[in-house]
Amino acid sequence: MASLKERATAAGLKSYQWLEDRLGLIKPMTEAAAHPTPANNASWWYVFGSAATVLLIMQVMTGILLALVYSPSANEAWKSLNVLNHNIPLGWYLRALHGWGSDFMIAIVLMHMMQVFLFGSFKFPRELTWIVGVLLLLLTLGMAFTGQVMRFDQDAYWGLGIGASIASRVPVVGAPLVHLMLGGPITGGATLSRFFTLHVFVIPGLLLAGVGVHVWMVLKHGVSDWPMPGRVVSKSTYEREYHELTLKTGIPFVPDAAWKDAVFAAAIIFAVMACAFFFGPFGPTGPPDPTIIQTAPKPDFAFLWIYAVLAFLPPSIETPVMLVVPVLGIAGLLVLPLLASEGERHWARRPVAVLMVSVIAVTLGIFTRLGTYTPWSPIMNAWTSAPVPVKYLHDRTPLERSGAIVLQEKQCRNCHSLDNAGGLRGPALDAVATRLTEDQLVRQVLQGGGNMPAYGNALNPSETKALVSFLMTLRGNDLEPAVNASQALTQTTRGSDAPKGLPATPAEQKP
Amino acid sequence: MSDLLKDPGESSNNDLSPEAKAVAHTRRVFLFKMAVGLNAVVGAALAVPLIGYLLGPVMKKGSSVGAWVALGDVSEFPVGETRLADFQSPVAGLGDGETAKVACWVRRISQQQFQVFAINCAHLGCPVRWFSESKLFMCPCHGGAYYEDGGRASGPPERGLFEYKYKIAGNSLVIHAGDMPTLATQASCKEKPLVQIEPAETRSTSWRA
Repeated sequence: MASLKERATAAGLKSYQWLEDRLGLIKPMTEAAAHPTPANNASWWYVFGSAATVLLIMQVMTGILLALVYSPSANEAWKSLNVLNHNIPLGWYLRALHGWGSDFMIAIVLMHMMQVFLFGSFKFPRELTWIVGVLLLLLTLGMAFTGQVMRFDQDAYWGLGIGASIASRVPVVGAPLVHLMLGGPITGGATLSRFFTLHVFVIPGLLLAGVGVHVWMVLKHGVSDWPMPGRVVSKSTYEREYHELTLKTGIPFVPDAAWKDAVFAAAIIFAVMACAFFFGPFGPTGPPDPTIIQTAPKPDFAFLWIYAVLAFLPPSIETPVMLVVPVLGIAGLLVLPLLASEGERHWARRPVAVLMVSVIAVTLGIFTRLGTYTPWSPIMNAWTSAPVPVKYLHDRTPLERSGAIVLQEKQCRNCHSLDNAGGLRGPALDAVATRLTEDQLVRQVLQGGGNMPAYGNALNPSETKALVSFLMTLRGNDLEPAVNASQALTQTTRGSDAPKGLPATPAEQKP
Repeated sequence: MSDLLKDPGESSNNDLSPEAKAVAHTRRVFLFKMAVGLNAVVGAALAVPLIGYLLGPVMKKGSSVGAWVALGDVSEFPVGETRLADFQSPVAGLGDGETAKVACWVRRISQQQFQVFAINCAHLGCPVRWFSESKLFMCPCHGGAYYEDGGRASGPPERGLFEYKYKIAGNSLVIHAGDMPTLATQASCKEKPLVQIEPAETRSTSWRA
């Protein structure tokens, strides 16, 4: 008589056998999970891809839960987010998880891409894996952009306007593209519906299918071995070498290598939970009412660098750059593995690759940083909120002081700072008189130039006189006032020990 | 039945002579090809209206979009000042909610002369604000600036502010509005008969930053 335990085991085995006889998936999947992988890639550097997949699953789950409450209509979307934030128990936490999960997912996907690039893992036979990966990156960014629209607050509303304005710059088909994107002539209910469809049906479907193909190819070709300087990828030998390496040093992926993936994924999910708990959900900011114009729209973190680049492009080349550079960039990423499918994999033998990653990372970092404080934007309330520092009013004539009033009233401070307060659009004025003479100041104020509007119509002569005489007192730490060439001439001919000829620049001028 | 998935019951096929096999093969291949062709035709017939549906918003002609909307009594706009006004978009749909509202800047130059500017910056569509003291419109996004007549003053915009067509009907200021103004969809609408006169809210006091 078999014991109860033995009978239970036998029954369990039998049910498994019944299921597997019919399903036929458990055994092949178990075998795939335990496939041998070279021991040298069981590394902490190889954990980003699986973490991105786990984050995707978390995004799908939290997204489904949010969809239980979210209302994708222009009338109600913003309100339903506030309901989620304030009226649904733990609604704020779900929104926070989904929002932070999105930021983490972009970060992890980028790290994954950088690791694969630096390790040369995109080379033969994994070219198509990289190409599908690039498409997955674009889909992830597409999720981030459409997700920002789901928030349907002021930033989302004007962000759609920015998107439409970019689309409108496409030659010939600009107007149809705008209508296709907005779903009508204006940003409204149809626009939200389209982006909802993209965010909830189209892109996630493509993303999940793409991840399936991506993982399938990883299984087919094996996880790339750790690169070694001098071990060159050649189409004729690589697969045999990889196979031999696996035979010689192979360990089962699950559990010998996968435990690191699992630990890292858990750490990332925990980090998302911590950020969600401590920092809370993103927005929504003000309601999407287009008549509330006291707003400075800004995209989410992942797109801040684009927002910054758009501030610096000169008008003459802006449209071509906007439309051509992204196409070239994406095309470059897609054809990269086809152009460099063989050769060295180790970063120490690929200085150009390392340089490219460094330059791109630093560039994105700088533009993102600039995007956080937008020095190119006027500070709209600086003229009333940032007074002229008292030290700049001491020992000034009444005319000069009234010039200070003109400076405030004419909103110069929105773009120009004094003592580090005010806009950064134009240069700081603390030492303006050391750079420009009185005549040059008058000309600059009245006619503008160098990205400054002309104030000739906004100032009367007495205001101009007062303003310039105040500006003339701003010489930093009592530096020398600026002089122009003609002044320099009169001064040098007057002086007894004058040098021959004119000094090249006012800075070289000696009194 | 494809070659890949042989039904055990049909293994008797292997006993047939090559000629007989070829005959059977040809007929089945023909039928399969015909079925593929049939599906291609049905698929195309299905796809055309689906694509038409998807492109629906594009099909509308630009000139058919838009209508005349009243901004309010002309007396609400003092001569020499620029004021914020808003109106319900005449092209808004049922579910547009508050996004159906549109703001614009109204500049009254003289008794009969106006300029009505779109709120959208010509650079990337952000809402510009009017600063009456420096007589400038400034954009919060990338620092575009415009003079009081809407001309480009500085920054990234490549042109001046978009202007609505206006007329004075009786005592009210009426503008022609439709598409959201962008570089491709600026007020390009043709003259249309007055269809809708509806008093719109106007801020009574000049709005300041």
